[in-house]
Formats: sequence, C-alpha cells, structure tokens
Amino acid sequence: MEIGVCVKRVPMVGGKIVLTPDEQEVDTRLSGFTISPHEECAVEEAVQITERLGGTVSVLTLGPPEAADQLREALALGAKRAVLLETDGREWGPIATAEAIVAEVHRHAASGPAYDLLLCGNEAADTGDYQVGIRVACALGWPCVTGIKNLEITEAGGQATARARREHGGGEEAFEFGLPAVICVKEGINLPRYPSLPGRLRAKRAVIERDEPGWRDDGLRKRSLRVPATQRKQATVLGAGADAVPALVGVLEEWGLLP
Amino acid sequence: MTVLCLVEQDADGPADASLRALTFATGLAGAGPAPVAAVLFGPADQVPGDALAAYGASSAHVIEPGHLDGYAPRAWARALAGLAAHTEAVAVIAAATERGNEVMAYLGALTGLPMAANCIQAEPGDEGTYQLVRHRWAGLLLEEASLTGSPGLMTVATEAVPAAAVAEPAGALPVHPYAPSLSDDDLRVRATQSAGHSSGASLATARVVVGGGRGVGGPDGFAPLEELASLLGGVVGVSRVVTSEGWRPHRQQVGQTGTKITPELYLACGISGAIQHMAGCAGAKHIVVVNTDPGAPILAHADYAVIGDLGEVIPALVTALRARSAPA
Repeated sequence: MEIGVCVKRVPMVGGKIVLTPDEQEVDTRLSGFTISPHEECAVEEAVQITERLGGTVSVLTLGPPEAADQLREALALGAKRAVLLETDGREWGPIATAEAIVAEVHRHAASGPAYDLLLCGNEAADTGDYQVGIRVACALGWPCVTGIKNLEITEAGGQATARARREHGGGEEAFEFGLPAVICVKEGINLPRYPSLPGRLRAKRAVIERDEPGWRDDGLRKRSLRVPATQRKQATVLGAGADAVPALVGVLEEWGLLP
Repeated sequence: MTVLCLVEQDADGPADASLRALTFATGLAGAGPAPVAAVLFGPADQVPGDALAAYGASSAHVIEPGHLDGYAPRAWARALAGLAAHTEAVAVIAAATERGNEVMAYLGALTGLPMAANCIQAEPGDEGTYQLVRHRWAGLLLEEASLTGSPGLMTVATEAVPAAAVAEPAGALPVHPYAPSLSDDDLRVRATQSAGHSSGASLATARVVVGGGRGVGGPDGFAPLEELASLLGGVVGVSRVVTSEGWRPHRQQVGQTGTKITPELYLACGISGAIQHMAGCAGAKHIVVVNTDPGAPILAHADYAVIGDLGEVIPALVTALRARSAPA
C-alpha cells in the first residue's frame, strides 16, 4: 500500500492571534509552526495502515523551505519518504495547490509504485478552504470523501477497498469505494503517537526530495486580515461556589431556558 | 440570473444551517436583481415551500429520488452545475456544513471555478467578482477577499449568520423538478448508510450545551454534567484536552477541530477558554462560566460567571432545578 499524506505548515497559535502590521499574515515571531491538527491524524492513520498491510508512507507539503521541519515531524512519526514542493513564501490558493499535488502524484507514478491512497486533513487550520483534497481527486479521476473519523482499508484479490465513516446529524454515515482514492480525515480518527527517539534520529538524517512548482493566481484573492471585534465584555460574577446558584437559576429563568 | 442555494433537510424540514444560508443568499440577491432559488434533493411533494419562502426563496428546484437517491457529493455537485447553467446563476450558495463544503468543493473542481468557504458577508463587485468577508482560523480571523469567477461559489459560516425571515415572502412557491445528467463516476461515492441518532439533540444543533474541560478532573466526573444537560434539555460538549486525554469521545468536542455550536446557552464548566475552543462556541447566544480561576480567559467572552469548584456548583444547581420542577 503506497500512501501519500498531504500536510501543511501552519502557525502554532496560543492564547491570541496577532497580525503583522501590513495585516497580511499571522505574526509568528513569538510562536512556532506545526502541522495542522487533522493532518497529524492523517499521518498517524497512514502509518497504522502500512503497519497492518505493509507499504510506504510518503509525506508531501507545499510551502517555504522551512516547511521541511513539518516533513521531519511526519518522518519522526513513521513516514518513510518526504517531498517538499517549495514555494517562495507566497500564499497559494487551493486550485494551484491541488495542481502541484497532482503533478507530484503523476511524477511518483512514473518513477515507481503509484499511490494507492492519498490522505489529507479535512481543512487547513489557517486558511480553512475545505477543498484541496477534492480538487486533487477530481483531477486524478479518483473518489473522495471528507470529514472522515473512521477508516477501514481491506485488500482482497488484488483490489483494495475503503470503508469510511463520518458523523452526520447526531449519527453517522458511511461510504465504500475502491482505491485509489483521496480521503480527507478529521481529528478524532485516532490519537497520534509521540515520536520515538529512533524516529526522531531517522527524521533528522532523512533526505527530502524537492520540486519547485510555479505559482498561479487562483480567483480567490486575499486583500487583508483582521481580528474580529469581540462581542462580549468581561463576565459579571454572580458569586462564589454553591451560594451563587440562586442567582444563576434567576439568569437562566430570565433567558427563558427553564421549563 | 438567479442565486441558487442548496437546502439540506433533516427530520423537521429544512436544516437551520440552510435557512441561515438562504438568508445570506437573499442578502446577496438583494444587492442585485437576482431572485433566490432553493435547490433540494428529495420528493417534490415534500418540499417545505412555506419555510423556504419565509427565508427569501422565490422558487425551488428539486432533484427527486428517481433521478438521484440519497447522498452522493459529486452527483449533487453535478446537479448544481447543471442547474447553474440552466438558470444562468450568478452565485451558488450552501451552508458550510460537512455536506455543504463537500458538495461545493466538488462543484468548484467540476467547473474549475474558485470556491470561497465560510463566508459571512458578500456583495457583487465588478463583472463576475464578489467582495467578501470569510472566516479563517475557524472564525478567529476574518479575511477580506475578492472572488473572481461566475457563478460565484460560496459556503456560509452559518454560526455567524443568523436566519432572518423576509418581510414579504413570495406566495405559493413554484417547484421545478430537475433531472440531472449523471455519469457512473458521479455516483462512485455515495452514502451507503445515513443514520441520525433518534434520541436527543445533536451537539451542533442543541439549544443548551453544558461544557466540561480539564477542570472536570477525569472520565468519571461527567455524570453531574450529563444530569444537568438533561434537566436543561441539552447535551454535553467538551474541550480538546478532554478528548485527547480519552476521557470522552471526540464527537463531543467543541472547537476548531471539533464541532461548532450555536446554542441559546453554553454553560462552560472547568474550561479555561483556549482560542481554538472559543472558535467553536462563538456562535452561542449566552455564555455562563463555572471556573475556580477568576482570571480564566473564557471570562472575557462570557455573560456571567460563578467562581467555584464545578464539583460543588453543578450538583447544587442540579438540586435547585430538581426542586423547582418538583410538584409543590
């Protein structure tokens, strides 16, 4: 099973998001970077599948040279191969990003065993575009589902099948289709492992393959970013401990929330 | 010249998120001459015409089960693409639900058009462009952007756009059946099983959510919260630390990587209020906090707070509510 996992380098935001003075980016001088949370789970899922069925996990990212750090994070978790689609630091839209990933999928197929499965995060933590995986799948002619929180891959008679489930309306819905496919997963599909020491050492030494795709305009153009004005002020303290309960009941009653 | 709006339905009729998306579509159409047409998948005789008209639709297009049965994202997108061409749509709108984002991403991929997810405002600009405001970081940041492409494809961050009935709804809503032309590829991905829980509200649509965080202390601490939630007709939601510790299942997580909630009341117990959590509950009408720390960041987003141990406050609140509802 050849699995590619697409990850994105995003700012690690703590208690507050601060913007750069030109309002174009998140100020990252005091924070680090990380892999988007859904994608960390995608890496873990891919590693678990290859532990069960054999095969190789490749991790792909499109980003600046520093995004190699996030590839090494994924290598430390068990990915075996890493590909950096290197940019000049400009923001790429989802159409251009999908095209660059598709080109890498074709390149990989030409040089060895093709991918059977691409895993993506459901949406990037920063831009939240919700579409790169589907655009990749449509360009390749592969099926794709999003929001997946449970995935079973089975192989029988040379054909691999995915059974993918997600939450729906308080219950769940399931999809089943043959591979190759693109599947976009969400946090909760697994609990990612901590990297092992040998994993970290292997990641440090690993050679990262590079390519430089060309940027193109996407049709959705960012003009500026801003932090939304908070709608609420500091909370009114009703009291301390159980003594505050009558006041709390009064508030709930006033809001019409008590039967 | 039409604005199309995908309307998802649940057991009670049009989904609340879709009524919010209709409100957004009506606002967009109001800025130009275009009428809003709802697009539904299901039997034509079950189209909730009055509800759709109340939120601004002036007609409905319906794709019936004989043509397309159940949920198949690419087929739904193919039907929207066909309808968009047929009606010369200037925009196609859907709620930014899991299905809404998925279908609109497929529509973008099938047509080669850009798609802007999680919009909260949009207005037509020059030919074929929209000036819009959309969520980034699940709403922790707003992006001002321009979208170039016709029709304009947008999903609506419904937790930030309340549903608003129109002053003068259209009369009897004309319903037009539509037969999409589908290929086998369009039907390769379809839901083989869709089952909602019959019991109780879901986290995303609950009227009351009782939240539990690290302060709950462990997997055994949730029983009083469950009891309180059931007394208030609500459900329990939790913070990310609770699911990553394995205390509760991930489907109960409120936040950027969990569920976004829009209750009347969010009662957050033992939750400090990391910004990723606040992204999930910013759509709550009222927030009340129970926390031992009067300096917890969540107090800056709440209406009221009780400073104290939730292990003491919640059982006392449960007792008070039980006494209140007990026959005198």
